[in-house]
Amino acid sequence: MRLIKDKPNIDFLSKTRRNIALSLSAILLVVSIVSLMTRGLDFGIDFTGGVLLEVGYSQAANLESIRDRLNEAGFDDHRVTRFGAETDVQVRLPPQIGAEPDAIRESLRGILAADDPNVELRRVEFVSAQVGDELAEQGGLALIFALLMIFAYVMFRFQWKFAAGAVAALAHDVILTVGFFSVFGISFDLSVVAAVLAVIGYSLNDTVVAFDRIRENFVKLRGESAEASMNTSINEMLARTIITGLTTILVLTALLLLGGEAVAPFSIALIVGIVVGTYSSIYTASAVALLLDVSAQDLMPPEVDPDLIDDLP
Amino acid sequence: MNRYPTWLNLLVLGILLLGSLLALPNIYGSAPAIQVSELDGRPFDAGMIDQLETVLEREGLVAKEAFLQDGRVVVTFDSEDEQHKSHTILRERFSDIANVAFSSAPELPSWMRSIGLNPMSLGLDLRGGVYVLLEVDMESAINSRLQSYSQDFADRLRDERIRSRADVVDQSVVIRLTSESDLEAARDIIRAADNEVLISDGGDGRSLRVRMSEAQVRARQDFAIEQNITTIRNRVDQLGVSEPLVQRQGVNRIIVQLPGLQDPEELNKILTATATLEFRLVDTSGDSPGSRLYQGRPGIPGQMLKREVIASGDQIVDAESGFSQGQPAVFITLDSAGGERMLDTTRANLNKPMSTVFIETERVPYENPDGSISYRTTRTEEIINTATIRGVFKNSFQTTGLSSQEARDLALLLRAGALAAPVYKVEDRTIGPSLGQDNIDRGFNAVAIGFIAVIIFMAIYYRGFGLIANLALLSNLVFIVALLSLLQASLTLPGIAGIVLTVGMAVDANVLIFERIREELAGGNSPQGSIHSGYEKALSSIADANITTLIAAIVLFAFGTGPIKGFAITLTLGIMTSMFTAIVGTRAVVNLVFGGRRLESLPI
Repeated sequence: MRLIKDKPNIDFLSKTRRNIALSLSAILLVVSIVSLMTRGLDFGIDFTGGVLLEVGYSQAANLESIRDRLNEAGFDDHRVTRFGAETDVQVRLPPQIGAEPDAIRESLRGILAADDPNVELRRVEFVSAQVGDELAEQGGLALIFALLMIFAYVMFRFQWKFAAGAVAALAHDVILTVGFFSVFGISFDLSVVAAVLAVIGYSLNDTVVAFDRIRENFVKLRGESAEASMNTSINEMLARTIITGLTTILVLTALLLLGGEAVAPFSIALIVGIVVGTYSSIYTASAVALLLDVSAQDLMPPEVDPDLIDDLP
Repeated sequence: MNRYPTWLNLLVLGILLLGSLLALPNIYGSAPAIQVSELDGRPFDAGMIDQLETVLEREGLVAKEAFLQDGRVVVTFDSEDEQHKSHTILRERFSDIANVAFSSAPELPSWMRSIGLNPMSLGLDLRGGVYVLLEVDMESAINSRLQSYSQDFADRLRDERIRSRADVVDQSVVIRLTSESDLEAARDIIRAADNEVLISDGGDGRSLRVRMSEAQVRARQDFAIEQNITTIRNRVDQLGVSEPLVQRQGVNRIIVQLPGLQDPEELNKILTATATLEFRLVDTSGDSPGSRLYQGRPGIPGQMLKREVIASGDQIVDAESGFSQGQPAVFITLDSAGGERMLDTTRANLNKPMSTVFIETERVPYENPDGSISYRTTRTEEIINTATIRGVFKNSFQTTGLSSQEARDLALLLRAGALAAPVYKVEDRTIGPSLGQDNIDRGFNAVAIGFIAVIIFMAIYYRGFGLIANLALLSNLVFIVALLSLLQASLTLPGIAGIVLTVGMAVDANVLIFERIREELAGGNSPQGSIHSGYEKALSSIADANITTLIAAIVLFAFGTGPIKGFAITLTLGIMTSMFTAIVGTRAVVNLVFGGRRLESLPI
């Protein structure tokens, strides 16, 4: 079976298509960055600190009455939402300064049990604001460090123009994925950071596979322009790119639909990241390398200068 | 062409068999169990099993199975009801020599257990439990050390007849002398007592400021945290939870992880509690240097108490709560040094009064001028009783003046040892067992459905070769489970997500190879030649792609904590196993099926 006919010959890198792709990327990047700067991210308690409860009632929960009771008890800024089923509720509070977790747990248990004494506390989490800050710092550090290591590896395996293209594609993917969370206000917790890092891994995987083929074709199609060789490579890899993306998204969709609320942000981040990553390994990475005027010579083994040999004893 | 040497085929087969064996324990269910471990950590022998079974039989309870594991006895039961009854009985009978904990044990055949095979362990998010991150208050750890320095220096100076006053000010001990001429002598005495401390002039010509060196501060911090870990471990052991984890994290934090703990309230009561006791003589004449007025509990008069501590909580080796003449009491046993000191003191101070001081520390928040919140540790010291020393005693005695609940809690805390410095919670996560089960079911469902979808797709798209790739995918899952079981690394929900991602990546390796083979075939290469160069040419792409992902996974592992680490572990293992199964594994099968014979076409 074939998804794509044997030898597709789509001119991915023609001037017009490249410009359309670059403008599309630019627009999405601007939207993401503006949203990140104005709306920011809906950080989970892993980063902000705070209290998170998941409770299960025996019948459909009355959110209004829970909110009223929380107000009466003096808990400000609370967020009470359904969590999956009608009977399940998630309550989130900002960090409770100066209060012992145990005391808060008890008073919350009282509040939530008012409507239904059989309420089940499924998850109770307290994170102090200080731990949250440290985690945010750690997550950011991990991201930067991973990008640097990857840049170094691609530079070592290929050449700096490719490394620049790969890292540009990665930054593109990360900003768009995180931007998606900002625009749609999806909760950004620690598992999403893991997902974003996985997106880096995946997108890189894609880019490196494409570069590998480009390098091969630079040697094989010596007469062609860099643009033409790259285009041929992308076409040759098209079936693989699509099939791999498709199978991974297949598994992730199963995780999103069946994995429950807890892994939903994680699955969304990966699905968005993989769609964006597939697109960027075709366009962003190659376009940046072309912008930097990459040529076949960049990947050839350096020629030995004959004069140099004369000087040897 | 395309034949693997026999040894390589055997190696692949061997690895597959080994992986299957290691993964096998995971297909068995688990039974409610009770775990009995020796209090001081020595291993039990088979004799203990007989003892336990005899005790249970007498009560009409039958153990399903009883066996030794790492020196602990594990007894399994048919029902939770029997488990609970047995827990009560065993606890009553053996609590003086052993910890009796609820647990659950896999129902493995005994041959599997005897060669040390175990199923993978599940993280807290999958089986429920409590995770607490504690921070140690290092400032008070340093201050308490400085306090004992100040007492020590004052004693030594007095012995040399130098009049002085020592106080702890700003992370240092300030010694004020009455005469300037004593300055050098005092400096020498302090230097002789401890040649590591940093001594500087107080500025007014007759005082000295003593600070701890950096190495001393670090040593003190390390001591505080190690001591706290020991204490917390002892306290947690009293809860009777199987497989508790108490571990240092970073400079000043302690992780406490209690899988399967049903009642977090009990834990909270004892985890951060700092209650301890001190015994001091009453300063009846009012002229001892450094005496201080202590408040009494309601109904107990306050007293001027001498500065010297006769014995304190950290010298208490055992404590039991009970009643003495109708009043709740704590029966205390001191260690030998404390006992000697108590003996000397009581002998020298017959018929004089001695007070028992109950000490508790608490963290209180306060607002800084800039509106941010800081914490200060306050120490509450209250006299709970004052009694006249009627006779000489050494290391065993009793004290009263507490409610019976307080006496019980205090005895537990004293038994487990005092905290060297106060701790407070910075993170506290409790996951109920039903949520854990929910997460397992959902995670496994998602993996199973996603996996089946991929398998169907591959079989349709690549036909015969797709089936071979599916074999590789299946064995990849087996290998991941095998490695997780072998390493006993906990599987968490993000870990399951990592496995899902690996499935995607493993497919990619095969897609790369198969697409190459198709290209080679389309380019006019022979079927055998296409297989050969397809695998060869795809190799560098696969290696590059996997190595870069591996870099990301290792960075995640190094920087990440908790959920990120769980994800990084399965991703790292998955990348390594998938490289093996997708490249070597599929090639072995492809060579067996297609290698070394004339082929007209390939089912790809």
